Amino acid sequence: MAMTGFQTLLRKEILRFWKVAFQTIAAPVLTAMLYMMIFSHVMSGSNAAFPGVTYEQFLIPGLAMMSMLQNAFANTSSSLIQSKITGSILFILLPPLSHWDYYGAYLIAAVARAMAVGFGVFLVGIFVAHIPVYSVTVIIAFALLGSGLLAAMGVIAGLWADKFDQLAAFQNFIIMPLTFLSGVFYSIHSLPPFWQSLSHFNPFFYMIDGFRYGFFGKADVSLALSLSVTAGSFLCLSAVTLYLLKSGYKLRQ
Amino acid sequence: MNPAIDVQGVEKRYGDFTALAGISLSVAPGEFFALLGPNGAGKTTLITALAGLTRVNAGSLRVMGHDVVDQYREARRALGIVPQEIVFDPFFSVRETLRFQAGYFGIPRSVALDAWIDELLAKLSLTDKADSNMRQLSGGMKRRVLLAQALVHRPPVIVLDEPTAGVDVELRQALWSFIRDLNSRGHTILLTTHYLEEAQQLCSRIAMLKQGKVVAMDTTQHLLNAFSVRVLRVKLSGALPPAMTERRAKQEGDWHFFEIHDYAEVETRLAQLRNAGAHIVNLEVAEPDLEEVFVKLMHR
Repeated sequence: MAMTGFQTLLRKEILRFWKVAFQTIAAPVLTAMLYMMIFSHVMSGSNAAFPGVTYEQFLIPGLAMMSMLQNAFANTSSSLIQSKITGSILFILLPPLSHWDYYGAYLIAAVARAMAVGFGVFLVGIFVAHIPVYSVTVIIAFALLGSGLLAAMGVIAGLWADKFDQLAAFQNFIIMPLTFLSGVFYSIHSLPPFWQSLSHFNPFFYMIDGFRYGFFGKADVSLALSLSVTAGSFLCLSAVTLYLLKSGYKLRQ
Repeated sequence: MNPAIDVQGVEKRYGDFTALAGISLSVAPGEFFALLGPNGAGKTTLITALAGLTRVNAGSLRVMGHDVVDQYREARRALGIVPQEIVFDPFFSVRETLRFQAGYFGIPRSVALDAWIDELLAKLSLTDKADSNMRQLSGGMKRRVLLAQALVHRPPVIVLDEPTAGVDVELRQALWSFIRDLNSRGHTILLTTHYLEEAQQLCSRIAMLKQGKVVAMDTTQHLLNAFSVRVLRVKLSGALPPAMTERRAKQEGDWHFFEIHDYAEVETRLAQLRNAGAHIVNLEVAEPDLEEVFVKLMHR
């Protein structure tokens, strides 16, 4: 890995979202805050999944994770599609950077943005409900793995898409349904058996469930299963992303 | 000594279309070399293959002795490319853009780098725009930033893909003066352009491409000597005397064209015209030009 090249690309990717932080960090935090206000008001008093956990407490970690996942995806995919469409991708294709440099820089920048958004949502959440912390290690592990997984998906989508509407389709028809049907707003135990079974095929469910375990020490499925699925999915998608970058898929003719 | 650019048997196909059909050429260090040809001849494909943006079906390409695939890091460090299209990253200022570009090539932020960036900006008359966002620059300024980006890692080989397309005369002259200076300091320059008079004035050697093949490659002077002639053009007040019509190469309105091989022939032709009774009202001597060479080769 060319350290200076990698560091420069990472710095550029971080500056790219930081320069428009109002749009890339503040806006998703505000969206999550609105979800928090509306759902905690509407669902106030309803039973959460775990005994001793209020609905507001249950909701906040899920919302934080959902925001992190969506923003990790948005960061890599928007950076790639913008630079492909404007042609400025040339500036990173001409230098002697390897596929590891590209992936490392895009991944870390996306995770950094996800962390900033997640931290913002968490800060807002503190004012809504008392949020216990069962294991900081589990929280951080799932935040990193989940954001990394979506960052990799964003790279794949950004490489694949030739137009903004193709990327929007990827986001609206794949990312959004998978996040909304992952148990952010409810426990899968409250679902009918068919949907409950189907949820087990959604990797996003394991990311959110494992992340929530870090706060409450309780989850819908075992921590080991959530960690295995999340880490396994991250490694698989990373391998695919690295292969695509190395092969020059839609970058080099 | 390794050639600055060495292309051997390069083929590139896009489905049924053959963009490069076995091109071989070599550019010596310090040369100012032109790659000419009509649209679709394969010039940009060859450049993108050199840059590693296009993967060829056969053959090899080397920059300063480094294979562009197997030794891509060394090959790309040796190459600076000014693209045909004006592209820029709208998030950053001119200085940030140049610092990033240097960083991608492994040059860390330092006082020396900033001094070099300042020097580049001064030479390209961009000093007062250093901290302006790229979006705020005019087209000509953006093109100069592209040139600075290609040079910021101090590559020995510089490729200019139609660098003056759509550029006004003043900027074009400033760019050529700067590029000539780079060449005089030892940089190898590979140029593609549709302005043939630029290639004729600047380049010591020329390759002409047609349908993915090299149809001619020689020094500019040899090509001019082989495919173009000096012409005496005379404007007469009346018709050309019949005795001279066989000697005439062609006619355009009142102007009659006679091929000459040296200036001594000018006086001979004029004397022949006067003796034949022609009344000359104007005359010009046109030097051999690359446009004529180009047209002849492309229609051969």
